[in-house]
Amino acid sequence: MRIDEYTDGPVERWVQSACVLCSHGCALDIGVRDGKIVGVRGRGVDRVNHGRLGPKGLYGWQANNAADRLTRPLVRRDGELREASWEEAMDLVAERSRELLATKGSGSLGFYTTGQLFIEDYYTLALVARGGIGTNHLDGNTRLCTATAGQALKETFGCDGQPSGVHDIEFCDTILHVGINTAETQTVLWMHELDRLRGPDPPRSIVIDPRRTQSARESQVHLAIKPGTNLAALNGIAQQLIENGWIDREFLDMHTIGFDALEQTVSSYTPERVAGICGVAAADVRRAAGIIGEAESLLTFVLQGVYQSHQATASACAANNVNLLRGMIGKPGAGILQMNGQPTAQNTRETGCNGDLPGFRNWQNDAHVAELAQLWNVDLLQIPHWGPPTHAMEMFRYAELGSIGFLWIIGTNPAVSLPELHRIRSILEQERLFVVVSDAFLSETARLADVVLPAALWGEKLGTFTNTDRTVHLSEKAVEPPGEARPDMEIFLDYAQRLGLQDKDGQPLVKWSTPEQAFEAFKQMTKGRPCDYTGLTYEQLRGGSGIQWPCNEEAPDGTERLYTDHVFPTGPDICEDYGHELASGATFTQTEFKALNPQGRAILKAAEWTEPHEWAREDYPFTLATGRTVYHFHTRTKTGRAPELQAAAPDPWAELNAADAERLGIAEGDFVRLESPRGAIEVPARLSGPREGVVFVPFHYGYWDVGDNAGPNGRPRAANELTMTIWDPVSKQPIYKTSAVRVEKVG
Amino acid sequence: MKIGPVLARLHELETDLADELRALGERHAADHDVFHQCHTFALQCERHAAALQPVAARYGEDVDDDGPGFWSGLLESARRTASTSIGRVPESSLLLLRDLRKLFLQAEECSITWVMAGQAAQAARDQELLDVVRMCHQETEIQVKWFVTRIKVASPQALAVG
Repeated sequence: MRIDEYTDGPVERWVQSACVLCSHGCALDIGVRDGKIVGVRGRGVDRVNHGRLGPKGLYGWQANNAADRLTRPLVRRDGELREASWEEAMDLVAERSRELLATKGSGSLGFYTTGQLFIEDYYTLALVARGGIGTNHLDGNTRLCTATAGQALKETFGCDGQPSGVHDIEFCDTILHVGINTAETQTVLWMHELDRLRGPDPPRSIVIDPRRTQSARESQVHLAIKPGTNLAALNGIAQQLIENGWIDREFLDMHTIGFDALEQTVSSYTPERVAGICGVAAADVRRAAGIIGEAESLLTFVLQGVYQSHQATASACAANNVNLLRGMIGKPGAGILQMNGQPTAQNTRETGCNGDLPGFRNWQNDAHVAELAQLWNVDLLQIPHWGPPTHAMEMFRYAELGSIGFLWIIGTNPAVSLPELHRIRSILEQERLFVVVSDAFLSETARLADVVLPAALWGEKLGTFTNTDRTVHLSEKAVEPPGEARPDMEIFLDYAQRLGLQDKDGQPLVKWSTPEQAFEAFKQMTKGRPCDYTGLTYEQLRGGSGIQWPCNEEAPDGTERLYTDHVFPTGPDICEDYGHELASGATFTQTEFKALNPQGRAILKAAEWTEPHEWAREDYPFTLATGRTVYHFHTRTKTGRAPELQAAAPDPWAELNAADAERLGIAEGDFVRLESPRGAIEVPARLSGPREGVVFVPFHYGYWDVGDNAGPNGRPRAANELTMTIWDPVSKQPIYKTSAVRVEKVG
Repeated sequence: MKIGPVLARLHELETDLADELRALGERHAADHDVFHQCHTFALQCERHAAALQPVAARYGEDVDDDGPGFWSGLLESARRTASTSIGRVPESSLLLLRDLRKLFLQAEECSITWVMAGQAAQAARDQELLDVVRMCHQETEIQVKWFVTRIKVASPQALAVG
């Protein structure tokens, strides 16, 4: 077995963990010498990666040792961030919170978290925010990353929860990739795919992506669609499946509802019409549908090309529809992976930090909220459930309007990652908004904060997290955090104590003080829910492989794939969501959901394709899609501090189609100016993979390493200077793939 | 037969709603989802009005179909500028709530008028009208539902905070 390893010199001891640089969550051991992290090696025993690691995993750990780690709290005094004691900083945070609670109420406090913490951190935060303070404003940057994955699973299957597992790659005969370039986003998953694609009896692969990616180059059919047309392409595939009778009628009758409406909606999406909308050949649409129609085990992957694009939820549901039409779910090799981006995004969702209630509970179901109230020993009304938890974009809107006066940003960098950066910076700069940032580094966002709290990173604290296929890993504490940095959970406990948060009997609200106690409380909260963790313990997770939830008395060794019995959590008492009308996001009520009567059947949901909010036009003739590169993660706070990764991709660029470049007189390496109605950036051109009319820019790059600023003071280079403030009406995920821009060569 | 006047009224309601939706969207352009959704709905309303026109003509009603009203076009950019300049005062969430409530009621009026038209179409055995009603009323019901959804989200923050 191949064990990937990279260390800086000899290792004294190895400490069990898993990688936190993508959602695949490869198990690894952290090498320690003299109280310092000096390397990593893959864990051969683990089901997820069998010893393999990707480039970010191999090199990213060096960020923990970076010289510019935050080691002391910072407090803004006379306009400058200055070092302060924890006492001073936390007093200020608590004082400002109390003041706002007293004068404006719980709705004036907001918390914006991440996909990087551990279960124990998140669950503590969820209890503090939702049960203690009682604010509805708690969301994660997972809103930009996996909100649509979760939402599409809720719409189709009634509840979040990854149907399949990564092992299904071994059993499938057909892979459908929709808006996912595994070769750059989940490299070890891609190795797994390559093992099959270049091995004996390879599966056939279809890729739907506007760019000629590595994944596309290994496919039989590549539909290089125009950005913003996923839904038309997938409706077109459904139309062909139905017209040619490539559907599993018995499965559809027994285990789904909504076929007639779906058939009616997709009937007009003939290959010719789809070709016109998507800008691809009708014959290729037929070929793709033909391969899917012949598949005996179809595995579908979906990611940001869908989630961050126009009609995100409707398109992700349309991908679910393709598998359901063929009865391809819950069987080895046949299923769906609505992928995650970040390593612990799954936990943001499970703990109630991503605009969901904890344990995949339904905010419209009073019985679900009552369970939480009982677990937390608080009044039912204390837990906001008058509407869906506030999504990140709305939270920033409330901060813009001034009704949110306190915003705590945890382990994320909205000043680089949110759309329309001039707007985000101007919101965070407001004097009337008190901004707290917990982070390991002085990010662009932290530079705009009033208080900065130094946080411990992975490897410096104990906890658990769950990858995209429900595999739970334990991550041991390998070393002490630098200076005075603290684990996030401890910071939240301190905050709760300072605010004097209590349950309804006057006892402290948060009843735990160690990670293991927090995990036990989290487990109890998941009991009886689809994400049941009650069978897991720290002890069980030590030494061996990660384990997939649900893990309980019925499934003590975990569960490889969901829905093997084709019974879905769509009963009105169990489901996490009553669903939405996909075009507008209008919410269905419990009564309407009951009238639909899904009763354990999956819900085929269909919608018409519509034009994107912004379509390339005369003055802005190109469509910008932002995205990822293999060497970096999120806003490079870690990967930009790992020398090998930084050297591999030190600066941003714009990928142009060669024909477009020639027309504009642009050669490889020339600086180009991209301009949208929101802003402009200047980056060098690369002539490569996007289809004509499309420009691709990696979103990772901000300003911390080119001038010590929150924003541009030289050439602007953050892709989100260009993107527009708009989100999917159902999942509320911002749209990053369809901004109209113009392109010109600059000196 | 009184079907003609009902269809004429319905045409007027849909046309007005389209104008009002555009105005609301422009006024609240800093609430980006409202801006885009209202414009999508405005186009829907205009399609509804256009679909009614030939049927109304059969019942002797000559409804004009000029698209968006004169003022709505002229004032669009002025409103948008105003909305960004007032986009940062807490009061604008109250204005949003007020406007959403007003349009919810207008959409409800459309909806119930479609019910009347549908019932009349059945009694008159008018398949063409029935088809128009089926196509449009469903969309109007979604509009109503969207207003409820959006008002539910906006009310707590606008009314109970601060």
